[in-house]
Amino acid sequence: MITLEKVRQRAEADARTNGYYLNPDPDFLQDLLEGLKRNEERYGYPSCPCRLAAGNLELDRDIICPCDYRDPDVAEYGTCYCALYVRKDLYEGKTPISPIPERRPSEKQARSYGISVEAPASKATEPAPAMKVAGQPAEVKKKLWYCRQCGYVVFREDPPYVCPICKAKREMFAQIEISALG
Amino acid sequence: MNKIKVSGKNNKHKVLMYAISTCAWCKKTKKFLNDSDVEYEYVDVDLTNDEDHEKIREDMIKRGEEPSYPTLIVDNKTVITGLRKDKIKEALEF
Repeated sequence: MITLEKVRQRAEADARTNGYYLNPDPDFLQDLLEGLKRNEERYGYPSCPCRLAAGNLELDRDIICPCDYRDPDVAEYGTCYCALYVRKDLYEGKTPISPIPERRPSEKQARSYGISVEAPASKATEPAPAMKVAGQPAEVKKKLWYCRQCGYVVFREDPPYVCPICKAKREMFAQIEISALG
Repeated sequence: MNKIKVSGKNNKHKVLMYAISTCAWCKKTKKFLNDSDVEYEYVDVDLTNDEDHEKIREDMIKRGEEPSYPTLIVDNKTVITGLRKDKIKEALEF
C-alpha cells in the first residue's frame, strides 16, 4: 500500500526535476498529499485530488498528478489547479496563492460525470463509496505524437502541453501517420 | 443526494457548496465558513453516485459554470467558484 511519505517524496522529486516548489502551507500540503494517497487507494492511480475522477484510467489519464495542465497553469498563474505545485515567487510569499480557473477542456470533464466504475478491488483503509458502472466508457482515441525538437514519441489522445524531455511547447508536436506500405 | 448540513448563527442566506472530499481548497473553504459561523449545506461530489454526478454537472452548467471545486451557490442564484473570501463575505453580508 502506498504511504503518505512515498506520496510526499514523489511530489518533492517531481518538483525538483521541474524547478517547481510544493505548497508552502504545511496543512494545505498535507491535505493534498492525503488526497492523492486516497485516490491512489480508491482508483489505483493518483488522480487529481481537486477534480472528479471517472475511476477509469483511460478517462482520467490527463488528470493523473502531475496532470497535463500543471505546466501551462504554473507558467500562466504560478500554481497548478490544486496549488500543490507552485512557482518560486509564490513559494516565497512574494505573490499570493489564489484559486485559478479550470483549464481541462469541457468535453474531457464531461466524461467524468457520465461514468464511474468500481474501485479496483480496493484495499483502501475505509470502504470505497458504492459506485456502479453507469455505461460504457467513452471512447478514447489515442494517436502517436512526436516532438519535432527532440524526437520524443508518445501514444495518447492529445500531445502534451510541454515536452517532458526538452520542454518544447505543444505546437512543436506532430502526429505520426502510419500507413501500410504498398 | 447526500447533502450535509452545517449549522451556524450566520444563516440569513441559503448556501450550497459543491466540493470534492480530497480537495484542499474545498477543505479550506469549509473551514472559512465554519470559522465565520455560516450555516450551509455541502455535497462531496466524489462520494455521490453516478446519477448525482450528472445532476450536479447539469446544475452547474445551467448556472453558466463548468464544474470546478469548490462552487458555492448562494440563495439559489449567486455562484462563487473557488475560495474567494471577499465575494463570499459580500454575498453573505458579514
